[in-house]
Parts: sequence; C-alpha cells; structure tokens
Amino acid sequence: MSKTKNTVSFNGTAEQKDELLKVIAEKKNDKGALMPILQKAQDIYGYLPIEVQTIISDELNIPLEKIYGVATFYSQFSLNPKGKYKISVCLGTACYVKGSGDIFNKLQEKLGIAGGECTPDGKFSLEACRCIGACGLAPVLTVNEDVYGRLTVDDIDDILNKYAD
Amino acid sequence: MYRSHVLICGGTGCTSSGSAAIEKALVSEIEKNGLKEEVQVVKTGCFGLCALGPIMIVYPEGTFYSMVKVEDIPEIVEEHLLKGRVVTRLVYQETVTDNGIKSLQDTAFYKKQNRVALRNCGVINPENIDEYIGEGGYQALAKVLTEMSPDDVIQTILDSGLRGRGGGGFPTGMKWKLARNIVKDADQKYVCCNADEGDPGAFMDRSVLEGDPHVVLEAMAIAGYAIGATQGYIYVRAEYPIAVERLEIAIKQAREYGLLGNNIFGTDFSFDIGLRLGAGAFVCGEETALMTSIEGNRGEPRPRPPFPAEKGLFQKPTILNNVETYANIPQIILNGSDWFASMGTEKSKGTKVFALGGKIHNTGLVEVPMGTTLRTVIEEIGGGIPNGKKFKAAQTGGPSGGCIPAEHMDIPIDYDNLISIGSMMGSGGLIVMDEDNCMVDIAKFFLEFTVDESCGKCTPCRIGTKRMYEMLDKITRGQGTLEDIDKLEELCYYIKQNSLCGLGQTAPNPVLSTLRYFRDEYVAHVVDKKCPAGVCKHLLSFEIDPEKCKGCTLCSRVCPAGAISGAVKTPHVIDKDKCLKCGACIEKCKFGAISKK
Repeated sequence: MSKTKNTVSFNGTAEQKDELLKVIAEKKNDKGALMPILQKAQDIYGYLPIEVQTIISDELNIPLEKIYGVATFYSQFSLNPKGKYKISVCLGTACYVKGSGDIFNKLQEKLGIAGGECTPDGKFSLEACRCIGACGLAPVLTVNEDVYGRLTVDDIDDILNKYAD
Repeated sequence: MYRSHVLICGGTGCTSSGSAAIEKALVSEIEKNGLKEEVQVVKTGCFGLCALGPIMIVYPEGTFYSMVKVEDIPEIVEEHLLKGRVVTRLVYQETVTDNGIKSLQDTAFYKKQNRVALRNCGVINPENIDEYIGEGGYQALAKVLTEMSPDDVIQTILDSGLRGRGGGGFPTGMKWKLARNIVKDADQKYVCCNADEGDPGAFMDRSVLEGDPHVVLEAMAIAGYAIGATQGYIYVRAEYPIAVERLEIAIKQAREYGLLGNNIFGTDFSFDIGLRLGAGAFVCGEETALMTSIEGNRGEPRPRPPFPAEKGLFQKPTILNNVETYANIPQIILNGSDWFASMGTEKSKGTKVFALGGKIHNTGLVEVPMGTTLRTVIEEIGGGIPNGKKFKAAQTGGPSGGCIPAEHMDIPIDYDNLISIGSMMGSGGLIVMDEDNCMVDIAKFFLEFTVDESCGKCTPCRIGTKRMYEMLDKITRGQGTLEDIDKLEELCYYIKQNSLCGLGQTAPNPVLSTLRYFRDEYVAHVVDKKCPAGVCKHLLSFEIDPEKCKGCTLCSRVCPAGAISGAVKTPHVIDKDKCLKCGACIEKCKFGAISKK
C-alpha cells in the first residue's frame, strides 16, 4: 500500500464521470470486468481516488472493500495523483547491474522527492519500475511515453531540462 | 513491384532509441527522391541486436545498417537506394570485410543462432496479416482443422518433446492431454496465454508479441481445437504498450479473415480470443494467480490441486502456456515432431530464446538450440564482456534462478543441467556480470524484488523473504556475523519447502546459488568487513593516492560533506569520519587518484 498521503482533493468533472459510466455500461457484462474497468478509470482520471472507486462499486454492485483490495494490489493502480511528467526509472536486473540505482538516487536528490512521491508543484513524480523490456538499452528511464536509454548520471540534467515547461 | 525493401525495427528497443523518427525521415526522403514506387519501407519486429539500435536492413542486398541517426537518412537514400552504393561507414562493422559486405547470417552474432520462435521477428510487418500468411502463417491451423484429430495434435506435441518455455519446463503436450481428458463433460474450457513476462531482464515474449503476434493467435486456436475450448485469453503486461497495440490489430485482422470466430476454415470449430491487461504484479506470472487476476480479483495464487487442467479459469478446465511456447507450435505442426525433436538435448528439445543483458557487448535476443554452452552464448554470440573486464557470473531465471560461475561456462544449457547447478531456465533472461558486481548485493537486489512482489497470502514467503532481506542488508552493511550466513541458509530451505506458489518456492534461489559459488564474498563482508567488488558503500573507504594527486582542488570543491582538505598543488586527504562515500570525488578526479576499497 502507498505510504504517501494524498493531499490534493478530488476534482473530477461531470465529463469524466459520463465517460466512466459509459465504459462501465460497455464492459459490465464481461466476465472479470473489474480490472479492465479500473484500468480505463485510471486512464480517465489519472488515478483511482476513493470517489472513483465508489462510483465503480455502485455501478457494478461489488463491495467497495473488494475494489479497494484490487486497486491496492497492483502496482500500476495509483490512489494518488501523479505528476504532469511521470518519471520511471527501471530497476530491473539488466538496468540495475549497469547502474540504474545511481540514476534513481540522483533523481531523488535533484527533485527533492522520494520514489512514489510528486513534487509540490505537481510537475514531476518519480517511481522505480520493474523491467520495461528495453534491456538492450540499459540503463533506461521513461518520462511519460518517452524512453531514454544508455544513460549515465550526467544525462539527468539534460533530460529534466527538456520538461521545463 | 518494388526493387528494394527497407526493413526498420519497430520493437521496443529500437523505438526507444528513435526508430520512429527514422522511419518518418526515410519515407519523406524516399518521396523526395521519387523512389516511392520503387522502394518500400516496412516496419518490423525485433532483429535481436538491440545494442546496435536503431537498426535498418536493405533488401535484396541484406545490408545491415546499425545505430542509424536521422541525419544519416539523406545519405543512405541518395547513395544506397538511388545510386546503389552501400554507405560502408554506417554498416554494422562486423559485416564489413575486405571483399565487400558479408551476409548478416555469417556474423558471429547470428551464425550459431537458429530462429524458430523468432523466425518472423524482424522479417515481416507485424501489423499486416498478409505478410504472416505469406510466410506460411495459419497453414498449421488449416492442417490441424482439416487433416488431424485433436488426439493427433496432442500426440504430435507430445512427441516433439516441447517443454514450457515460461520457467518450469513442464511438457506442453502432457498439459494439453490432461486438459482434454481430465474432465469429460465440461461445458466450457479455456486456453490462456501467459504474456505477463515479469522476470526483469527477459524480453523475448515481448519481442514475439511485437514482431509476430499472429503466431500466438494461431497456436492458441490450435490448442483450443486440441483440448476442446472455444475461448482464449491473452494476459499481457500493460508495461508493453506496443505489444498490446499489435495484438489488438492482429486479433481484429484475424477476425476479419475468419481465422478467429465461428466456423474457422468452414469447419464446425469456433474460437475467439480476448485480451486482458496485467497491472504490474509479478506474482501474476504464476498460473493460478494469473487466472485469479483475469477473473477480476487480487492476483493471489491458489493451492494446487486442483490443477488448472481440472479447475482453472472461472473454475473450468484451462491450459496456460507462455508466448514463446506457443510460438513453436505452428512450426511443429507443419514440420513434424521429428524435426523439432532433432534439435536440442535428450530431455530438452528445440531451441530457446535468451535475452542477453548486463555486462555484455551484444545485448539483445538470441535463439540457440538447447544444449548450446554458456561460453558460446556469451563469448561468441554475445561478443564477450566490454572494457576488458573479467566474467564473474551469468544470472539465469530471474528472481527465481541463480548465478552461474565461470567454472560452469562449458555446461550445455538445458532445463535439467541448469537445475543441477543451482539455477533454472526461467523465461530465458541471461544477465552477465563482471568483476565489478558484488554477488551479495545482487542477492539482496533480488530479495528486495521478491519482498516487494510477494503477494502476502502465505507466511513463509511474506515474512521469510523479508527476514532474508534484512539479513542480507545487515551483511552488506558490515554488521553481519558468520552465524547470520548459516541462519540465512537455513531460512532459504524453509521458505523453499513451505511456500504456497512458485514465487516463494524459488525466491531463495539467488541467495542459495551465490552462497554456493561465492561464499568467499559473503565471508569477506562478514569477517574482513570488505566488499571485494567495491559495491557495498558501507564497507568502502575512499583514499587519495598522494603520488597521483596534483592538488587541483576539484575534489574538495565537489565534496558535499567537506571531507576533503589540502592546499593547492599539494596532495589532498579525505577525512574518513566525514566522508559520505557518495563517489562525487571519483567522478570529478581527472588523474584517477581516488580509489575506493
């Protein structure tokens, strides 16, 4: 379970809710629909606050504690909002033996946050991830969809500067 | 008719190093030179040589360009595609000889490979079903449905000797046979594909899904026919967006062509496939946990028996095979079980894909016959260790496997040999480590992984792995005792024997195998309070060599702790009490005067 505290209050819009209800209506009758619905819900809201879990619980008629259980089991689901730029450093074996641990530590130092946290301005969040399968380019990190490989600690400033806006 | 085809790798490795931008530049440059009708650009799956990405091959010549940059494209188009002159400067240097360019198949990396599961990867456009069909795709399904009985299919797979490529190595045909026969009157059965490739450092399944998605669909349909199932599920990691997208496209195309759906090839066999995305839980690679997850629950494993062949997904008889296993099936059907069984060793038939990673020149994917030695894979195909460093160990089997030391480099790799030397095949990750890697640190790394990924259902795994991690941490801090090493070993055996699922049963392997082969490193940490590889920070001491130090003051300026003192142009000294062991001074020193021991 996440150790960090969610300090940002929920501000979902009516459009987001409509979209979620549509997804639920579509998938409701599929076998094992809960996971795909949670995944879509996270796409819509960016995370899975308790308010969103409650909507899903009501619509699917599944107890909230079960939904919470599933949402906290899988590392891809987040109960906290993520930064505008999500930095994930791969700590899979191939990256680790090539020094991704140092890169992760340097980022924590530069951003002033620990893994799993988000900078106070909401810009960067940092997490360690398991293998993304780009082992040929180790060590690797991703910023949202962008992948950076064959990294050294010295590359970090340049990468962060690209996301200055 | 095109006179030339340019194949660009669109796998994750090359996409990450910028192949999408190169494809765009290439297409526009080809148009600019009026070659649109003559040259076709094809985006393929992975060629395997990820270290040299982005990669591009020009046919019919077979010229292999590596580490291509967008700036190089105009030159390649004008010189090679327009004027027919190979741009030697950009060609993979291994293929350049005095007598011109040699074929890629003759390079050290490819020469000893035999691509069965990866046969179409890097060859066809994975987003076009016609190219798969052009390479003989869906012929095996046609043969099965029109010429073979389900029992024939199962017998063929049994005779081939194919064993599960996902880890344990259970005979695939046996699995199918059980699922066909164990419950006689099941109203529904399921065929599942484990594409939740979780072992860090293994990416062959991703490569197959990205480079040849139809082979998995075809094989699942064959399995469905063999066991009597009409529905399949592919459980794929959400961390593999390209694979997910290509699977979606492939399923859609197969449905349009009537190769999935009702009455396939006009027979009364119907089969369809659904996609389910994993959400980042390593334990879901375990078969019962995977099924629990597809059902929409926390992905916790279930006790076996009942085995999935009897009660699997939604309590129905189910088979689960991994991607690489499926990728072999159509070839076995088409070429026969004898052909497949002619490759490999006595008890491990066929080929195996390995993901080479870590301290090795040619990182990437290789497929070799079972029984190839580790030395061949690492030294010949992998090109050895970079920077003149010495080989220390190869790690196979991910967090469930172990480290193989240099003394076993000549052992033929197969399921049983790997187990006898304390490792396992796992899904085929092969991480090479050199003298700079600390084996205690590596064991700790894997334990941290299993602590994090243990689902918490059974106590030996939940608490035991945590205790193991704490002991390892204590040892890497220089606070361990010899008694701790004994306790650690005892705990390993306890966890292996008492955990509920494969995750816990194999979690101690990295510790046991490093204890077996590198016990001296553990002892050095405990008795001498030294980390021989210079990795464990708490055991290092930083020193400046007064002979080499020029007194440039750079180190004292970067030291965050103010631990370095000395006047200009005189040798500096590190105050060991203040030193944080961050290594900033070593990075900055231009004279190599600072060492950590």
